[in-house]
Amino acid sequence: MSAPATTTPAIPLGQRLAARGLDGLTLLVLPAVLFLLALFIYPFLYGLFLSFTPKAGGALANYQRFFSDSFLYGTIATTLWLALPVTIATLLLAIPIAFRVRLMRHQRLLTTILVIPITLGTVLVAEGLLNYLGPQGWFNRTLMTLGIISSPVKLLHNYWGVMLSLVITGFPFTFLLTLSYLTGVDPALEQAGATLGAGPWDRFRHILLPLLLPGLAITFCLSFVQAFSVFPSAVLLGAPAGPTRVISIAAYQAAFEEYDYSMASAVAMIMGVVQLVIVVAVLGARGLLYRGPAGGGKG
Amino acid sequence: MSIHAANFRELRLDRLCRDFGTHNAVKDVSLTIRQGEFIALLGPSGCGKSTTLNLIAGLLPATGGGIWLDEKRIDPLRPEERGFGMVFQNYALFPHMTVRKNIGFGLKMRGVARAESDRRVAEAVAMVRLQGQEEKLPGQLSGGQQQRVAIARAIAVQPPLVLMDEPLSNLDAKLRLEMRAEIRRIHNTLGATTIYVTHDQEEALSLADRIVVMRDGQIRQVGGPEDLFSRPDHLDVAEFMGFRNKVSGRVASVADGLATVTVGGLGLVGRVRTPVRPGEAAHVSIRPEDLHPVRDGDPGLPAKVVSTEFHGREFVGFARMADDTPLTFLADSRIPHGTDIRLAAQPDSVLVFGEGA
Repeated sequence: MSAPATTTPAIPLGQRLAARGLDGLTLLVLPAVLFLLALFIYPFLYGLFLSFTPKAGGALANYQRFFSDSFLYGTIATTLWLALPVTIATLLLAIPIAFRVRLMRHQRLLTTILVIPITLGTVLVAEGLLNYLGPQGWFNRTLMTLGIISSPVKLLHNYWGVMLSLVITGFPFTFLLTLSYLTGVDPALEQAGATLGAGPWDRFRHILLPLLLPGLAITFCLSFVQAFSVFPSAVLLGAPAGPTRVISIAAYQAAFEEYDYSMASAVAMIMGVVQLVIVVAVLGARGLLYRGPAGGGKG
Repeated sequence: MSIHAANFRELRLDRLCRDFGTHNAVKDVSLTIRQGEFIALLGPSGCGKSTTLNLIAGLLPATGGGIWLDEKRIDPLRPEERGFGMVFQNYALFPHMTVRKNIGFGLKMRGVARAESDRRVAEAVAMVRLQGQEEKLPGQLSGGQQQRVAIARAIAVQPPLVLMDEPLSNLDAKLRLEMRAEIRRIHNTLGATTIYVTHDQEEALSLADRIVVMRDGQIRQVGGPEDLFSRPDHLDVAEFMGFRNKVSGRVASVADGLATVTVGGLGLVGRVRTPVRPGEAAHVSIRPEDLHPVRDGDPGLPAKVVSTEFHGREFVGFARMADDTPLTFLADSRIPHGTDIRLAAQPDSVLVFGEGA
């Protein structure tokens, strides 16, 4: 150290930085930072600026156009009408299944089976559903053979097709998150509840649910964002010109059918804002909940 | 104080069994507990004491036998139908509820009216001396305070039976002594019946009216603390009651309840605890505090000193016999490593067990 001589011996800079958590290891963060800058921050800012430089009109022309054309602004409601029920449905499915799986001995096997849809990808699931749910598919044929229905139920190229495929592809993710939050709750708490006279429903309502809610809020946000950006299944299984014309289709059409990247960027920004509003609302509500450890004490 | 325990005459475990696969965690445990008793289930980890407690609480289904509360068979009942209070090892306080809500939870589940519930919570809080902490969350309390909340929560519903699963094992030594006295005081004040699981023989001896020593899923011996301490019926029980020195030898003679056992050429005289006959192999158990070095020339077990530790009032010595049997004894001073010594004990403090014990 060739630091200039001072009256009090100075602590070397390196040591001071290390005390604040900055040392050689910090450099390992650099690749991630560069990655984020290049692939997320820059494209986002680029898109944001692009959305304010429309083909014609003032800076806000794209946004004015979006919110004055029901064919465009209507996609927000269409997408919400898909994404919110799908998110709630997957959560409502995942909670009881996670409760059951938690107590099972072959938990790993079952978890693997339930998680397989995640590995298949949206397109494969969509293709599968096209066959399975079609007018000549097993589903309708079985129901007709059993005499439950007389003519095929229409589950494709409408709202329900997209809804089903989103639930199927979204479920594993929601389920895994729910399961991990659930296993984080100390089982002794339920036992304590039982010895105090609480039956299964009271134990769920008063003990498990309050401890799970913060985690479920996060799960809700992540599942919702996934469902909100639905594109492949809305096109393949839905009615992309009508009831399942979701917001990403509007963005796609602006970009690749009208070749108006500026408009497409504006749609993407609006999409982001809607997601943000919902996520912030849910996380805000989560802030009101108990968020401490889900354990029963020291230990 | 109007908190008091619900009335019953006795709790009877009748050949209770619990298997986990092929492993018998609890095997043919039969025990009758009278109202007002403080029972300690004592044993090393894995002896089945916690499993027994969970069977009584209903947290585990029994695979054999039955549990009776007076004339009522309770083992088919779910835990919420049994209504026993339980204190868990890690307290299992509801982390999202205040102290008041934790303690009042059982009353709420029983549909006790608000005013009555408030009164009983206040009494329970006073009983465990937690006044002023009612609105705190468990995470804001110290370990000892959490323990008090757990006890208050269990007794607030006035259960016929309070079950405690190693409640003090997470506390430091000083707090442990303090809470031990508290638990006994609360038991006496409530007139409760308590079953207390522990692996600490000192805790069991100081708290319990009767101690049930368990080993390998079975009951080894049941008795009062003084009884177990001085007259263990079983080698395992003796070991658990502090008879840490165990040497093997051959019985030379038996007379008047005393046996002489030859160990390393020396005749050790001790009280017979399980039947022995001359010529048979036998075990001799001695507490470290009863085993002392003797002066040169006096008879004693020959051993070589390994080390001595200073324990404040006395020195604890560790030695090995020629056949490598370890011995622990008390000494007046530090003895150098490698010294050859002879150790002896009064016949009254030496226990003799037959080979099969």
